Amino acid sequence: MTGQRKDNRRPSAFALLLNNRMAAGGFFILVALLLLALIAPLLPLHDPNATDPSNRLLRPLTEGHLLGTDALGRDILSRILSGLRVSIAVGLSATIIAAFFGSLIGLLAGFAGGRVDNLMMRGIDMLMAFPYILLALAIVAVLGPGLINALYAIALVNIPFFARNIRGVTLGLARREFVDAARLAGKSPARVLFTEILPNVLPVIVITMSTTVGWMILETAGLSFLGLGAQPPQADLGSMLGDGRGVLFNAPHVAIIPGLAIFLLVMSINLFGDGVRDVLDPRLKSGALTRPVARTAIERDPASVPAEDAEDRKAVLSVRGLRTAFRMGRRQVEAVGGVDLRLGQTECLGLVGESGSGKSVTAMSIMGLVPTPPGRIVGGAILLKGEDLLAASDERIRGLRGGPVSHVFQDPLSSLHPLFTVGDQLIEAIRAHQPLSRAKAQARARELLELVRIPNAGRRLSAYPHELSGGMRQRVCIAMALANDAEVIIADEPTTALDVTVQAQILTLMNKLRHDKQTSILFITHDFGVVSALCDRVAVMYAGRIVETGRTEEVLDAPAHPYTRKLIDCVPVLGQGERRLDAIEGLPPSVDNLPPGCAFAPRCPRAQESCRRGEITLQEVAPGRAARCLFPLEAGEEAAAHA
Amino acid sequence: MGGYILKRLIALVPVLLGLTLIVFLIMAMIPGDPATAILGSYATPENVERLNRQLGLDRSLPEQYLVWLGNLLQGEFGRSYSLNRPVIDEVLERFSATLILAGTALLLCSVFGLLAGIVSAVRQFGWTDRIVTFFVLIGISTPSFFLGLLLILVFAVNLKLLPASGMYAIYGGGDLPDLLRHLLLPAVTLAAVATGVISRLTRTAMLEVLRQDFIRTARAKGLSERRVVYRHAAKSALVAVIPVIGIQAGFVLGGAVYIETVFQWPGIGAMLVKAISTRDLLLVQGGVLVVAASYVLFNLAADVVQSTLDPRLRR
Amino acid sequence: MPDTAMPDTSPLVEMQQVERRFGGGKSLFGKPRPAVHAVQSVSLEVQPGETLGIVGESGCGKSTLARMLAGLDSPTDGAIHFQGEDLAEAVRRDFKAMARQIQYVFQDPISSLNPRKTIRTILETPLIHLLGLKRAEREARLAELMDAVNLRPEFLQRYPHEFSGGQAQRIGIARALAASPKLIVLDEPVSALDVSVQAQVLNLLDDLKQRFGLTYVFISHDLAVVESVSDRVAVMYFGRLAEVGPAKRIFAQPAHHYTRLLLDSAPVPGKPVLVPESESGELPDPFNPPPGCAFAARCPAADERCRSERPPLEAKGAEPEHLAACFHPPRVGERA
Ligand SMILES: Nc1ncnc2c1ncn2[C@@H]1O[C@H](COP(=O)(O)OP(=O)(O)O)[C@@H](O)[C@H]1O
Ligand code: SF4
Ligand code: SF4
Ligand SMILES: [Mg+2]
Repeated sequence: MTGQRKDNRRPSAFALLLNNRMAAGGFFILVALLLLALIAPLLPLHDPNATDPSNRLLRPLTEGHLLGTDALGRDILSRILSGLRVSIAVGLSATIIAAFFGSLIGLLAGFAGGRVDNLMMRGIDMLMAFPYILLALAIVAVLGPGLINALYAIALVNIPFFARNIRGVTLGLARREFVDAARLAGKSPARVLFTEILPNVLPVIVITMSTTVGWMILETAGLSFLGLGAQPPQADLGSMLGDGRGVLFNAPHVAIIPGLAIFLLVMSINLFGDGVRDVLDPRLKSGALTRPVARTAIERDPASVPAEDAEDRKAVLSVRGLRTAFRMGRRQVEAVGGVDLRLGQTECLGLVGESGSGKSVTAMSIMGLVPTPPGRIVGGAILLKGEDLLAASDERIRGLRGGPVSHVFQDPLSSLHPLFTVGDQLIEAIRAHQPLSRAKAQARARELLELVRIPNAGRRLSAYPHELSGGMRQRVCIAMALANDAEVIIADEPTTALDVTVQAQILTLMNKLRHDKQTSILFITHDFGVVSALCDRVAVMYAGRIVETGRTEEVLDAPAHPYTRKLIDCVPVLGQGERRLDAIEGLPPSVDNLPPGCAFAPRCPRAQESCRRGEITLQEVAPGRAARCLFPLEAGEEAAAHA
Repeated sequence: MGGYILKRLIALVPVLLGLTLIVFLIMAMIPGDPATAILGSYATPENVERLNRQLGLDRSLPEQYLVWLGNLLQGEFGRSYSLNRPVIDEVLERFSATLILAGTALLLCSVFGLLAGIVSAVRQFGWTDRIVTFFVLIGISTPSFFLGLLLILVFAVNLKLLPASGMYAIYGGGDLPDLLRHLLLPAVTLAAVATGVISRLTRTAMLEVLRQDFIRTARAKGLSERRVVYRHAAKSALVAVIPVIGIQAGFVLGGAVYIETVFQWPGIGAMLVKAISTRDLLLVQGGVLVVAASYVLFNLAADVVQSTLDPRLRR
Repeated sequence: MPDTAMPDTSPLVEMQQVERRFGGGKSLFGKPRPAVHAVQSVSLEVQPGETLGIVGESGCGKSTLARMLAGLDSPTDGAIHFQGEDLAEAVRRDFKAMARQIQYVFQDPISSLNPRKTIRTILETPLIHLLGLKRAEREARLAELMDAVNLRPEFLQRYPHEFSGGQAQRIGIARALAASPKLIVLDEPVSALDVSVQAQVLNLLDDLKQRFGLTYVFISHDLAVVESVSDRVAVMYFGRLAEVGPAKRIFAQPAHHYTRLLLDSAPVPGKPVLVPESESGELPDPFNPPPGCAFAARCPAADERCRSERPPLEAKGAEPEHLAACFHPPRVGERA
């Protein structure tokens, strides 16, 4: 157990950083530049300020002056190195000042909230109402040109940037439950801010710093370039570039060399900063930000494709040995490990299981809606009235989606596009499959809303999803699924996000519509009560496989698989308010670490030695009933240990 | 919508007041005797005396602010001592040149930034994406003033294709093609950084949107991938990127300071730099106020555009 | 333990006309801002040693009430008394003293644990700040706590993300137990958990109550869960109490049409769906609440009086303990 935990541990942040080739490149260039700047005084170089009018504007690679000389005959190489030191020092100091004050303001405003927040942020908004560099210019204008004044100016104009960023993050964290928990554990508000919130904000501060240092160096160089920063004889890279401008036409190298130096410095910092951000921002870890393609990738072994049988021909939809996997780093995890389902004509099949058992992945695999990357279908067949969907073309699948096969998803708010009206979204769904004029499609959309019992259907067409209640939104989603007379509707927990009374209405509606429209439904849920309200047959899923199927009443009355039995018993039933529930010991296994034999064995009271090895198949226990168990329960038998 | 715009316009008043307050406070930071500092080497005793009266230095700070604000509201920005003309005249004249330059740059960076961002998100990890990423990196790491100098060296000095400086040719210029020839290099330089930033954020926004539930719904409806990406995803990404464009407008307006100096564009940025080195502080004050006010207005426009696209923002 | 305690008739918690308003007040220009009444005139008692269940749908004010009970928020009107003392005032005077008496278990087990702290640090916080225990005493108490919630002691070294929801919720419960409080407010403690884990946590809560003589306020939207844990139940609708009474009575013979509807809507294996298709499920506009019964628009028995007059919460039927705010309570066996 412990050994495995070690293997799974993420590599250290620094190792991750060096893994990223660009970031590592940036890191090494940056280290080299820093070293050069630091040891420059020790190198046998010219005095950066020693003028030599007889050797003006020497070209690079001249004897004694590797990078040539400037208009006053000063050695460019030694000037670049000393300028580098100044630029880095100024940029870093400005960043630290801005980060310190900005983060402090942001933390206080975000944590205090209310009036304090309002007041502080109004002030910040005022500062941000100035075009960035303009405020710095005004400050330098008043304080007078000079490197230190430029530093202050740049730091000041960056404070709002930090304050805003940090405030946003703090505000989000201050509403999290662990903050209340810490208060109740006796911590004072100041303690909560600095010992509970700050540790969570710190990565964001570091990210913001690493992505703004480059900017600050550029901006201070800019002020110096304009002659408002470093004053002679002091020189940073910006003022050297400014000096070079005067001789641009006859000795371009005097300007180009410091320009390239700034570029190299800032680029290395940016590369490194991006790397730091990728490591610290969990969203970007493991390549989460990759674009899912239009259809799940299919990479099945031809040998795994089962032959069609008579049952398949009778069913509308038949899933055979479906295996769907996710690539997590270098590992491949099979979330669905060989699922068989048959959905008959006008039948409603309930797919029941706990979260993570693979219900959604099974359902999304049918129309290729599992995101790739990281998902891919690695085996099995999906037959729609005999046609193998996994062998069908993308164009064919697109024609089926929203047409013969439609979907209803769990969260109706996030499933509807927030920027289009309900009407637009319905009309679009209709016109994707029927060659109707917009006016005709609109009339049809209105009929659909009436069909799902939305009052004022005509007016609701021009409503946006956020203007409707949760129940109304889900009705819109159902209307959309009915837009093109679907033969099969795949509904993935369509009532889980809703309140009980709303859930009851949606179930009533779906029940009526499925009889009126003669539709087949694959209905996913974790609630046996919901199943019994709607479904003819039920399939119970555990750890990526079906463990039991049968007619709903039969399964509910006399479950054959010990898991089904326990799953039914561990839920309190209304009207039988007993105190002790028959809980299932332990936790559901994670699909990347399944035990050999029966996946339920570690939690099963009936488990025997034979359960822990080999492949256990789904076997018929009665006509129309099957269970994946070596010792299935007889009717009425408790799930206690097997005799 | 009209009500929304009106509300935003009213909300603008405190922002503009705050803006003047900040400028006023910065001017109050001037070390030593302000009148002498403002007038600098042009100070004659009677000028100092007059300015002191005008600034009301004998009164309390809040009173001084009110007097100063009253003058501003009457268009009384003072007189530039280095140019010997009213500040407001000089500033408005210069501002139109800046507007041409910054407006063009903003147009360029919005169009190319959005396009590049969308294309590189759609072709994620493809060669287009790589090329865009590469140019973005170069764009945001190169100082704009350095880029300007390089472009002058290549296109004006070596290739002699485009003029190196100014807004119009001295002889025989003045027409639109002449303006465009002069505009091209500085506008491209000014737009470079902002294009990089916008395209990067557009790419991220697109990738984030494409993972949303409503995109899955769009696909489940059987829409073509083209429609899913360019209608459903791009609209949401656009809404997310518009505020970024608003912020970039600030960088573009500010960056004009460098670019106008490098290309000797007769805009307000170049004016400010000159005014600072001659310590003509009233001219600096006038310039800063006008540019800042225009930036505020631009951001208002960005907000309005965003709320026309996103009904959830209209309230 | 609870059996040997003195028969004490004074309630542990007493809420009097508690109200919580959000927003409101005046804007800069004197225009009144819209206000939402999250909780309105709630009067309710919690007896020592009982479990009071609070049910209602999302947004009905359950969590707001819970936060006020734990001193995390205070009423804008009315008062909550804990052992006879005004809670809002006590919290202002000495937050820690109150936190030693009342604790809270959160809905989202993972987000209630700071992701950057080990379980040891999290559980030690109340021991240090509320009880001021020395190092050795803390070790002993930590071991006790981990044992009480059936977690292995080596978990103390781990970080929250290494735990499943059920385990994380046990840690949240252990933290609430740390200071040996009298009252624990549980805000949807099992809603985020999987059904198989939900039963484990409910059983654990039951054990702990017996063992430490605790009083629970148990909030949930799941009627069956509330029924299985509660002695008394309060049903909330739109910020107000619709019905209060002994759990058995309420579920056997609801005296408010909303409770009736909740019962009919709850999916029960083997039972068909029973709600009429006309039922809209729409809540009233919170910025513009109706003058009468908030449920009138959905109620099959509503009449003119229901729409214009607010029904008071009063005893209905045989039991004086059973209160409902309804003019025409449903008769036995009647369907909504
Ligand atoms: N996009 C994804 N990337 C990686 N793993 C995933 C993804 N979607 C689902 N999984 C994994 O697949 C398994 C089954 O998930 P799912 O089908 O959503 O379960 P259910 O719907 O039964 O709750 C889980 O272990 C989950 O972590
Ligand atoms: S009896 Fe054996 S095969 Fe059946 S569920 Fe239990 S462990 Fe699995
Ligand atoms: S008071 Fe009237 S409207 Fe309200 S629940 Fe009772 S009967 Fe229905
Ligand atoms: Mg799911």
